[in-house]
Amino acid sequence: MNSVGKYFSDIFYGIKSLWKGLMVTGYYFVHPGTIVTQQYPENRKELKMFDRFKGEVILKHDENNFHSCNGCGICQLNCPNGSIEIISDSVPNEDGKSERIIDKHIYHLSMCTFCGLCIKSCPNDSLAWGQEFEHAVFNRDVLTKILNKPGSRIKKVPKEPKAPKPVTETVPTSNPAN
Amino acid sequence: MQEVELSDILTAREDGDYIVNIGPQHPSTHGVMRFVVSLKGEMLEYVIPHCGYIHRGIEKMCERMTYPQIIHLTDRMDYLSAHMNNEAVSLLVEKATGVEVPERVKYIRTILSELQRIASHQLWWAAFGMDMGGLTCFFYGLRDREHILDIFEESFGSRLLHSYVCPGGLMGDIHPNFQKRTKEFIKYFRKKLPEYDQLLTGNVIFEQRTKGMGIMSKADAISFGATGPVGRGSNFACDIRKKFPYSAYDKVDFKEILYTEGDSWARYKVRVDEMWESMKIIEQLIDNIPEGDYSAKMKPVIKLPEGEYSQRVETAKGDLGVFVVSKGEKYPYRMHFRTPNFNNLFVISQLCAGNKIADLIAISGSLDLVIPDIDR
Ligand code: SF4
Ligand code: SF4
Repeated sequence: MNSVGKYFSDIFYGIKSLWKGLMVTGYYFVHPGTIVTQQYPENRKELKMFDRFKGEVILKHDENNFHSCNGCGICQLNCPNGSIEIISDSVPNEDGKSERIIDKHIYHLSMCTFCGLCIKSCPNDSLAWGQEFEHAVFNRDVLTKILNKPGSRIKKVPKEPKAPKPVTETVPTSNPAN
Repeated sequence: MQEVELSDILTAREDGDYIVNIGPQHPSTHGVMRFVVSLKGEMLEYVIPHCGYIHRGIEKMCERMTYPQIIHLTDRMDYLSAHMNNEAVSLLVEKATGVEVPERVKYIRTILSELQRIASHQLWWAAFGMDMGGLTCFFYGLRDREHILDIFEESFGSRLLHSYVCPGGLMGDIHPNFQKRTKEFIKYFRKKLPEYDQLLTGNVIFEQRTKGMGIMSKADAISFGATGPVGRGSNFACDIRKKFPYSAYDKVDFKEILYTEGDSWARYKVRVDEMWESMKIIEQLIDNIPEGDYSAKMKPVIKLPEGEYSQRVETAKGDLGVFVVSKGEKYPYRMHFRTPNFNNLFVISQLCAGNKIADLIAISGSLDLVIPDIDR
């Protein structure tokens, strides 16, 4: 008798425990307002990423196509995997001295690990995160980008007393370590 | 249990013995892990794990990287505990260079670690339920994890591999919304966590597949070095947060969850209870984040003085140890990670012996293995 009783109580216990779970799923089934799924490709227009979202590294340009990169190469030195290549050029400036400018700021998005060290280490604060995230392409070469836009130039800032430098972990080329 | 070599099993086969390969691509094994399983009928005799399928040589790569650069590699070991991994290396560098980080950084690091722990346990709960055949769990676990990932994404741009904690502090300040969103999440999750119990904890199928399955004694846990929820499920008090407090853990009040049974069920309960504890820790800190800098001043080139250094942190999986031998250069001479999953993996043969083959997945699921952390 005892074992028969246990047999049935086990069955009831099992059904009860399954029912508890079904109550949860049933609740969500009849409450479509609780749906959190996004219809991704359809909602492209409304989809807005967070401001700090790490989509890709970009070189900041203002509306007149000026950027602030002087081609110092610190970002290249700090990148752990060689995703950045700096090709700099020198041109004579007004005083007749030769001055270093950026020729090509090459960025391999396919190798970038989004560690953020280049952005943190740039002394001129020229780099930033872009929010573009749809990077799927058929050819990997497309992911190698030249960040300085064609025709862009460095913005000349009038010489001011230097603001205190932000804390950076850079490997300055001209400043021997420590 | 005596040592078993693969060749021993292959030669000493009798009628009714099978050698079965599970993996490396089996979807239920959570990554590319291969188990060589020796079966007698349906009963498991030995399980020999073979690792190395996603070995990337992270320790060797570290020898050619500066300390700030190493951070982004540690993300890729245990990707579900990225913050704690970052923190381990950061704490080590700070300890070695004698830098004192601001209080604000300590608080934020602790909150982030606990959020990350909840997120990791949520994903484990989801996947564990799915291993047992409850697909619903997977959706519900990921639904709640999404809230944490949103908090992360808003504050520092990435959802999984953050590289946010760095030597000296943090890469940037937290987002102005961070506190508000975290408090909202705690409120939300306090309501949702009981659902986990309704869906899975009391479920009769789940109970019968976990209770009394894969029992590990405390002595085994200690001799195998199983830490984290796996060790604590066997009553092995191994919480680094309690034993060697770092960051702001000495300022908060929380319980170390211990269960005595040592079976899959105990490991499950440890993790569910830890989610409650983590929420308690966050609640104690979130309103009291002190004002201040988000980073201490570090030298432009970080060099560790000559010597040997080590640091331990408690990740979601257990005790992560970092060991560095420095020759006074900006690169480490040798870097070693003692990852929790590696030790937790090798108890599996002990746990499985005598159970049925279908329980292998259930038992390995209860260990919460992250394969990149094993192979690193
Ligand atoms: S560190 Fe900044 S200024 Fe220097 S090359 Fe890179 S982007 Fe240009
Ligand atoms: S984010 Fe990191 S990996 Fe990517 S380009 Fe910058 S430094 Fe290199």
